[in-house]
Amino acid sequence: MSDLTTNTAAPAARASEYDAQFGDYFALLKPRVMTLVVFTAFVGLLAAPVPVHPFVGFCAILFIAVGGGASGALNMWWDADIDAVMKRTVKRPIPSGRVQPGEALALGLALSGFSCVFLALATNVLAGGLLAFTIFFYVVIYTMWLKRSTPQNIVIGGAAGAFPPMIGWAAATGSVSVEAVLMFCLTFMWTPPHFWALALFMRSDYDDAKVPMLTVTHGRRSTRKHILVYTILLAALAIGTGFTSVGGPIYLALALVLNALFLKGAWDIFRRDETLSEADNFKTEKSFFKLSLLYLFAHFGAILVEAGLARFGIDLLGAW
Amino acid sequence: MGIAHEHELHQRRRGRNIGVGLTLAAFIAIVFGLTIVKIGSGDFGTANAPQQGQVQNGN
Repeated sequence: MSDLTTNTAAPAARASEYDAQFGDYFALLKPRVMTLVVFTAFVGLLAAPVPVHPFVGFCAILFIAVGGGASGALNMWWDADIDAVMKRTVKRPIPSGRVQPGEALALGLALSGFSCVFLALATNVLAGGLLAFTIFFYVVIYTMWLKRSTPQNIVIGGAAGAFPPMIGWAAATGSVSVEAVLMFCLTFMWTPPHFWALALFMRSDYDDAKVPMLTVTHGRRSTRKHILVYTILLAALAIGTGFTSVGGPIYLALALVLNALFLKGAWDIFRRDETLSEADNFKTEKSFFKLSLLYLFAHFGAILVEAGLARFGIDLLGAW
Repeated sequence: MGIAHEHELHQRRRGRNIGVGLTLAAFIAIVFGLTIVKIGSGDFGTANAPQQGQVQNGN
């Protein structure tokens, strides 16, 4: 009882002595996650076959980023209780007492409305609607519902992070095509192995927060199997994308190398047991996690390069 | 002696106020820029204005 009183009183006491600074509100928008959103949306926008005025393109990316940030603020508002018990998130603005939960809710709602309306005005209604759906999906479907109720939370919730390239594409073309869906699928299929690798070496965090990660509900052996299966499916998808209009020889060469490395990493994780992992402090799992970051950025970077070459009329293989 | 004495609150919130001010200035610049681009590219055509081709066909 006394512990609980101390725990809840501490942030309140700190909050009364501290005025939130601009950076604290900015931290609510999860700037690190925003870099992924900005980059993939930018690739989706430039890979689209319809050219966009540079200023409209800049605004579209900005509004998509603000929308992504707004969903991050709403996520932090709802998850303040579990953020306070996880080492990885305990320094976030709400659990550390720098920002009040109500402020995060107000900021998240205001920026959600602003970003969707302005994206629709700057580009088209489809793009604005897709951004609204993405925020709804991340906040309501993932954060409020799935995250605490199913070990498949990451799989389905990953869709929210996969929408930005599709929104970028829709902002340019006013429609959604096979290429946009493939870019969506790339991030969607990448998310589970990326987060399950993190869950393997951040075990106590999710245990403490009672978040039903696969590692907690189905065990770590099952998680290792899941990583391998999803990585195989992801590799097939990533290489297959190379044969569509957003792919090309550079993308395909890079995809072959990166997917071979990624499959090797997943296989190594599958073959290891807990004793071995704990002995070297999850070295393989950590390097797989780092590789997963490079993996996604490199794939989208290659799509960007292919789009740039096409725009300048450079055709590397003629009839690719 | 100044007419208004700066409260301690103003000093504590200086960073935040500057940040909000710059954000609002950026917002104005974005809306202005978008307006110029949209007008320049002809996205804001008058709703009831007849197209040139339609006028010619009508004559």
